[in-house]
Amino acid sequence: MATLVTTRREFLVGTGALVVSFSLTPGALAQTAGKKKPVAPTEVDTFLAIARDGTVTMYTGKVDIGTGIRAALPQMVAEELDVRLDRVKMVEGDTALTPDQGPTWGSLSIQIAGVQIRQAAATARKALIELAVQKLGMPSADLAVREGVVFVRAEPHRRVAYGDLIGDQDFNLKVDPAAPLKNPKDYTIVSQPVPRPDIPGKVTGTHTYMHDFRVPGMLHARVVRPPAIGATLERVDEASVRRIKGVKVVRQNDFLAVVAESEWAAVKAARALKATWSKWEGLPEPAKLWEHVRNTPVAKDDVAANVGNAKTAMAGAAKTLKATYDFAIHTHGSMGPACAVADVRDGKAEIWSPSQAPHWLKREVAVTLQMDPANVHIQYLDGAGCYGRNGHEDCTADAALISKLIGKPVRVQWSREDEHGWDPKGPPTLLELRAGLDAAGSVVAWESELWVPKADLTEWPRTLAATHARIPQKEAINPGNIHRNLDVSYPFPNQHSVAHRLASTPFRPSWIRTPGRMQNSYANEAFLDECAAAVGADPVEYRLRHLTDPRGIAVLRAAAMRANWQPRPAPNRDQSGPIAKGRGVAYVKYENTRTYVAGVAEVEVNKQTGAIRCTRFVVAHDCGLIINPDGVRAQVEGNIIQTVSRTLKEEVKWNRSRVTSVDWASYPILRFPEVPEVVIELINRLNEPPWGVGEPAACLPPPAISNAVFDAIGVRLRSVPYTPAKVKAALGAKA
Amino acid sequence: MVTLVVNGKSHRLDVEPDTPLLYVLRDNLGLHGPKFGCGLAQCGSCTVLMDGKAVRSCTFAVSKVGQGKIVTLEGLGTPAKPHPIQQAFIDEQAAQCGYCVNGMIMQTAAFLGARRNPSERDIRQALADNLCRCGTHQRIIAAVKRAAVLMGKGA
Ligand code: FES
Ligand code: FES
Repeated sequence: MATLVTTRREFLVGTGALVVSFSLTPGALAQTAGKKKPVAPTEVDTFLAIARDGTVTMYTGKVDIGTGIRAALPQMVAEELDVRLDRVKMVEGDTALTPDQGPTWGSLSIQIAGVQIRQAAATARKALIELAVQKLGMPSADLAVREGVVFVRAEPHRRVAYGDLIGDQDFNLKVDPAAPLKNPKDYTIVSQPVPRPDIPGKVTGTHTYMHDFRVPGMLHARVVRPPAIGATLERVDEASVRRIKGVKVVRQNDFLAVVAESEWAAVKAARALKATWSKWEGLPEPAKLWEHVRNTPVAKDDVAANVGNAKTAMAGAAKTLKATYDFAIHTHGSMGPACAVADVRDGKAEIWSPSQAPHWLKREVAVTLQMDPANVHIQYLDGAGCYGRNGHEDCTADAALISKLIGKPVRVQWSREDEHGWDPKGPPTLLELRAGLDAAGSVVAWESELWVPKADLTEWPRTLAATHARIPQKEAINPGNIHRNLDVSYPFPNQHSVAHRLASTPFRPSWIRTPGRMQNSYANEAFLDECAAAVGADPVEYRLRHLTDPRGIAVLRAAAMRANWQPRPAPNRDQSGPIAKGRGVAYVKYENTRTYVAGVAEVEVNKQTGAIRCTRFVVAHDCGLIINPDGVRAQVEGNIIQTVSRTLKEEVKWNRSRVTSVDWASYPILRFPEVPEVVIELINRLNEPPWGVGEPAACLPPPAISNAVFDAIGVRLRSVPYTPAKVKAALGAKA
Repeated sequence: MVTLVVNGKSHRLDVEPDTPLLYVLRDNLGLHGPKFGCGLAQCGSCTVLMDGKAVRSCTFAVSKVGQGKIVTLEGLGTPAKPHPIQQAFIDEQAAQCGYCVNGMIMQTAAFLGARRNPSERDIRQALADNLCRCGTHQRIIAAVKRAAVLMGKGA
């Protein structure tokens, strides 16, 4: 069953603007005094507790990094338990109280954690009904539940509330994978738009962000970074900061920091401190980046697709095409630089962090502190938007190490330069594609090669604090699952796709929203557009010609319809006038296992200046069962606008020693006057599993905009970002 | 010692005169509405009103405030009694992480204080120096339009 959800303003009635307050200290929420709360994902008590007053506390290891799961996960629990949504409170990201459900990444909060919690709720509901059977003396078939009260269907005055059945007691139950789930046709809370509980606090300055959190006796610290990435510290002149009140210099090997009672004193001291560092010029020449990538030793090859015999089919093809695509190094650019508070004393570490991965971070911090992870306790607090592993974890390790060195609680606030200069980066990505077309113009052979760094997927990037303090840690790089979507979302008869996993990459890499899946989809969907143009086919029709997956076809048709797509081949014949208009399409099945997305970009290209403006972006989106339609819309808008920014503007700059794009002037992002109108068509499939939404639509802008620019001015852009200089160069080459 | 008038209250504070207003508001007065985003007057996260005008408090030394009357996000309204602009942001669910939202609301307050019937183009222009990384722009524009109506200044 599929329904289109087109409105978002009528929020579910009765939810109001509840403000979920999650405790900052491990509370004894509904837990028997003295007993440790279970955190193993096999136990119902790990996920849920019901208080005597009927309040449901839900525990999750995932955290709301701006994605809205603070609304959506409680929706899933309230629905499955049959309680009012405003009775569900969420405790998130506390390593002592919540299960390790993996980092908040990969668009998996609903798909994995939500489904896990939903099953715990179904198990709990079954157990509650059984308790009610005993209490009310009626068989379960005669009972029903409404708003947390079990009653006899025929005699509704015979009733008992959840709080009276289990209130403040443990379930002592394993999560039952066979516990029956509610029939989606009976849903009243799931699939309804629900407002986020944290927004009233965020718009009035009363919500506690990480940056607002203080502990008694806390000092402010700033880390003093080297002028070159690999430089070592030779000498520190402590006298240089003596005139600033109450400043102390902290050092361990190449790790250098200042602490002070006031934040401003710490900032001034960090600027004033004189230190001598060694020279280091280990970065590649910026102009020779792609040469550097091609010459980096390959650690191993991963074959992403091997169907039929691409080589033979290519040799026999009526027409062949090839192209190279590259995608620049990107920074996360969270609006608030990282911040953390740590109190490391007496062999124990109390840490507050905005990390997307509190449970991982616990182990990371333990390495930096050379401490047993069992003695590290992390509590999550909201940072600025997090789109992958940014500076949060490094900043937390900074705070932990400084606190350990001075024996006092410490708050570290990164500067803008710290965040832009030192967060782990999205690595440079290079792709080569070849296609063979038959006499009718259809793809019969597809070959692709990808050059990206290798990934030690169970390891985290090395923390800066441990690196500089020379604390032993595993040598590992992890840019995430960046090989996914290298295989195409079409059943071409002959395919061969291989990822060359490089032994190293210039900057410490990590995952940034839609890691690899964005870059690979970009090349695939832009190159497929080249194929369509080569045979004079309409780009939508050409894709439909190759698609067999009904949900893929539906999503592509929905996008085309919403964009009022009129079939014709690209480029547009009318390219006259100083501003040329174009449209471009892209389609992706995310990781070829889940969420289907299709998009149409509309652009205006200024032929004189080379500037591209994306004026409108239409998205059709099928993530299976939608939990919170308004939350999905917010995520799709974010995916599109952020990725239009990355596609048109963003590129880390550096010299042989360091990153030089360290502020918003040198690393510009999209501004209000440049933001496209985003039009969204959601397809809700009640009887399908709920899939992720935080990343998939971000695959669309790079290819759709490239294709739209081709439509407008007849040149292909194969290098992200599409700067005016590249557009002018392409136009010059064509002329 | 400096004297500051913030949200209608006068404070005498012992701070270094070169301290940016932002640190004084956040650390000395515990007003967490204004946020540290860049410290370079590039992003708008730290915006406050000074005599009705939007000011980047991260680069504004506290000693320069003088008689200026400061209003922060907290001075506009509360969760129980939000200002129409705050209400509009709630109605439009115009926040993802919400870190930029202080700047968006304070910039809007200054803008709508001086402007009637803004067009979408006007709104985009008014917010051109306020950055949002989450891509909440479309909802923020809708919220500003709604706020203009709520404040009786819309069409
Ligand atoms: S923090 Fe003041 S403009 Fe960015
Ligand atoms: S909502 Fe996160 S930066 Fe704007």
